[in-house]
Amino acid sequence: MFGYYLRLGFASIKKNYILSLLMVVAIALGIGASVSVVTVNYLMSSNPIPHKSDQLYYVQLDSWSPHEPAREPNDPPDQITWRDATNLMAAGAAFRQTASASSGAVIEPNDADVRPFMASIRLNFADFFAMFDTPFLYGSGWTDAEDQARRPVVVLSKEINDRVFGGENSVGRSIQIAATEFQVVGVMDTWQPVPKFYDVTTGAFNDTEDVYMPFYMKQELQLSNGGNTNCWKSPEGEGFEAFLNSECVNYQFWAELPSEADKNAYMTFLNGYVEQQKELGRFERPLNNRLSNVMEWLEYEEVVADDAQIMLWVAFMFLFVCLVNTVGLLLSKFSRKAPEIALRRAIGASKQDIFYQHIVETACIGLLGGVLGLVLSLAGLEGIKLLYGDFMQNLVKLDLTMVGFAFVLALISSILAGLYPTWRACAVAPAAQLKS
Amino acid sequence: MNLSYLELGPMWRALMRNKVGALLIAIQIAVTMTIVLNSISIVVERDKMMQRASGLDEQNTFYLTSTGYTSDFNAQNTVTEDLLAIRAIPGVVDAIQLNAIPISGGGWSMSLATEAGPDVEGTGTAVYMVDEHGLETLDLDLIAGRNFTANEIRWRQAAQPDWPETVIITEALALTIFDNVDAAVGQTVYIGNDEPMTIIGVIDQLQAPWVGWNNLEHSMLSPENMAFNSTRYLIRTEDGERDRLMPIVEEMLAARTSGRIIRNMDTLTATRDRSYRQHNAMIKILLTVIVCLTLITALGIVGLASFSVQKRIKQIGTKRALGASQASVMRYFMLENGMISTVGLVLGTGLTIGLNMLLVNWFNLTPLDWMYIPIGVISLLIVGQIAVLGPARRAANIAPATATRTL
Repeated sequence: MFGYYLRLGFASIKKNYILSLLMVVAIALGIGASVSVVTVNYLMSSNPIPHKSDQLYYVQLDSWSPHEPAREPNDPPDQITWRDATNLMAAGAAFRQTASASSGAVIEPNDADVRPFMASIRLNFADFFAMFDTPFLYGSGWTDAEDQARRPVVVLSKEINDRVFGGENSVGRSIQIAATEFQVVGVMDTWQPVPKFYDVTTGAFNDTEDVYMPFYMKQELQLSNGGNTNCWKSPEGEGFEAFLNSECVNYQFWAELPSEADKNAYMTFLNGYVEQQKELGRFERPLNNRLSNVMEWLEYEEVVADDAQIMLWVAFMFLFVCLVNTVGLLLSKFSRKAPEIALRRAIGASKQDIFYQHIVETACIGLLGGVLGLVLSLAGLEGIKLLYGDFMQNLVKLDLTMVGFAFVLALISSILAGLYPTWRACAVAPAAQLKS
Repeated sequence: MNLSYLELGPMWRALMRNKVGALLIAIQIAVTMTIVLNSISIVVERDKMMQRASGLDEQNTFYLTSTGYTSDFNAQNTVTEDLLAIRAIPGVVDAIQLNAIPISGGGWSMSLATEAGPDVEGTGTAVYMVDEHGLETLDLDLIAGRNFTANEIRWRQAAQPDWPETVIITEALALTIFDNVDAAVGQTVYIGNDEPMTIIGVIDQLQAPWVGWNNLEHSMLSPENMAFNSTRYLIRTEDGERDRLMPIVEEMLAARTSGRIIRNMDTLTATRDRSYRQHNAMIKILLTVIVCLTLITALGIVGLASFSVQKRIKQIGTKRALGASQASVMRYFMLENGMISTVGLVLGTGLTIGLNMLLVNWFNLTPLDWMYIPIGVISLLIVGQIAVLGPARRAANIAPATATRTL
């Protein structure tokens, strides 16, 4: 019977093809708008490191001015000072930990054909690679001992390895960065967590850095501050060291704490550390330290843009209008078919048969709308990429989940839209219709 | 056309016989109105934001970064000679070294207070470090006081914490701190809690680097050149000369000194596009939504009205046979649509205000201007009338003889 209903459905769709087209296009537009906007929101709020996001904690210490909070109403600053970053690293109280910061320097390739260029730098400790499960193409990260010895070692991104070493295994070779000779210990494979959770201060969807080097290289080479630097008081004294040791915050700190007990122990440690610093005349505000796991941190930093949320609302309301539109049109269409339905009823079709027949017809319209909607959402995502440029490039990839979502959304919405008109069609009284 | 109010009663009762169809259209119109008006409000707000001037000669200004990377790089000499060389190029109006580019998104801010001390509340302002060519290059007009002189300009070393003795501020900043532009000149303000700076001039307008900042018009000029290895130059050219001069300046600088790279060369117009890109995108997306939605709703009205005309062919024929004019048949459908629209628009007014309150609450948007509501109501009424015109005209053309035929 299904095949027959399918044929009947298509015949009916063809009979009123302009109207059917209108319904299909309306559903497609609603689905297309919803799926593309949902995709952007879904990627913005996705978990960048699902298998351990609840074991990685971002550390906030309230080292701010006694006269005002860093952020209203009473939040600690979103980064920490050089002094605290290095002290927490020296204490090593967590299972794994890394302070991190961004910077930039010029790379001078040995190959005279490749011109010197500016590269972005991630400064971090050895644990960074193990904590964030960075994929390696060649070699690996450096060791704790190399961190402590302040060895000029470097991990290159795949892109930089391609550019400077033509994509060869460059482990063990040397590279000139910031007028200093570095030794390559590892080459990372493509790595782009979305959101770029480990440092969201200059944008949660930026590209990852070009090279990774030991944190203390900042001090050794006097590298500039990347990202945001916020100070509540001016550095005491002049020069780079004074600036490093000031109350200016520019560093992120992550701790890996596998269990709840570890987390509590680390919090106790942090509070103890701040109490100890208070004796040195720092941390004049009341105790206000925070540990946030990856998803809590992303939520706190509000990485999902307001505009994306507004668009989500608009898209769903848009879909609603499209569905109401379809309900109205189907209702009229089916009511026109009343004589035909009455005839079928009179010659023996049950109400169930009629219902089945019409729901198949509705589902056909829904599926057509869904397919067209999927195409439209691809176009929509392209449009979003075009309009937003770099900011959105990591956020407009349609994955299988979203394709499935589009189909389910299309099917459910068209069946919902078809349910009432179909029910009304079934309620036709055969006798009244056949009389005239 | 003599509109009889008696018509409205039977029309309403006829409508009530097909409540669901009418209600669906009304709902569609209501939600359409809600989305369209709130979207337009956002579009207008963003557009207004994008129209604000930066104060610079944007069409004829570009900038680039010079980064020295060798250990024997002499920043101070390089900057001095670079500026002389750039200013000597024909077609260049003037050029400066600048720590941050207006409306670019990245820069320095400080707090200025009228009294010294750590707990005095200050006013936030963007900081631009310029020499005596600053006013000419940035296209600023003095409205009070004077410009910096050449010997007021000092060299700032990397990580140097203190400030020069003089400062020029924007009119907006002067008004915020002193309520009066003329009173500002000669006053002392404190930067970084306790360092005094004397205001020697007030300029008309210069925007900060952050276009989303509340204090966008708060800027100060500090008289200094920077002995930094990595630094920016901002160049203003004569009308229409920008694109020709960009590669010339870039090549000249790259060739002048070895051990440095010239990078990130860009125009101020491109910077503006980038800074306002998300607003521009939002405007375009919302406009597309508005157009699609209005079209779908209008086509929905056409579809439903056509059906209702088809369904009533016999009645209409009968009516015509009994003497109703074509005009009165048309009027019937137009009025019916008007009635449904009115219900939808009343509902829509409520929904529009409700959604707007939510948006204002959650996303800090500006509340909807009340004028939008009557304009929206009238526009959507007109859209509905246009949509129903076709089906109504078809209804009017139904021949009276139809009444005598059975379908």
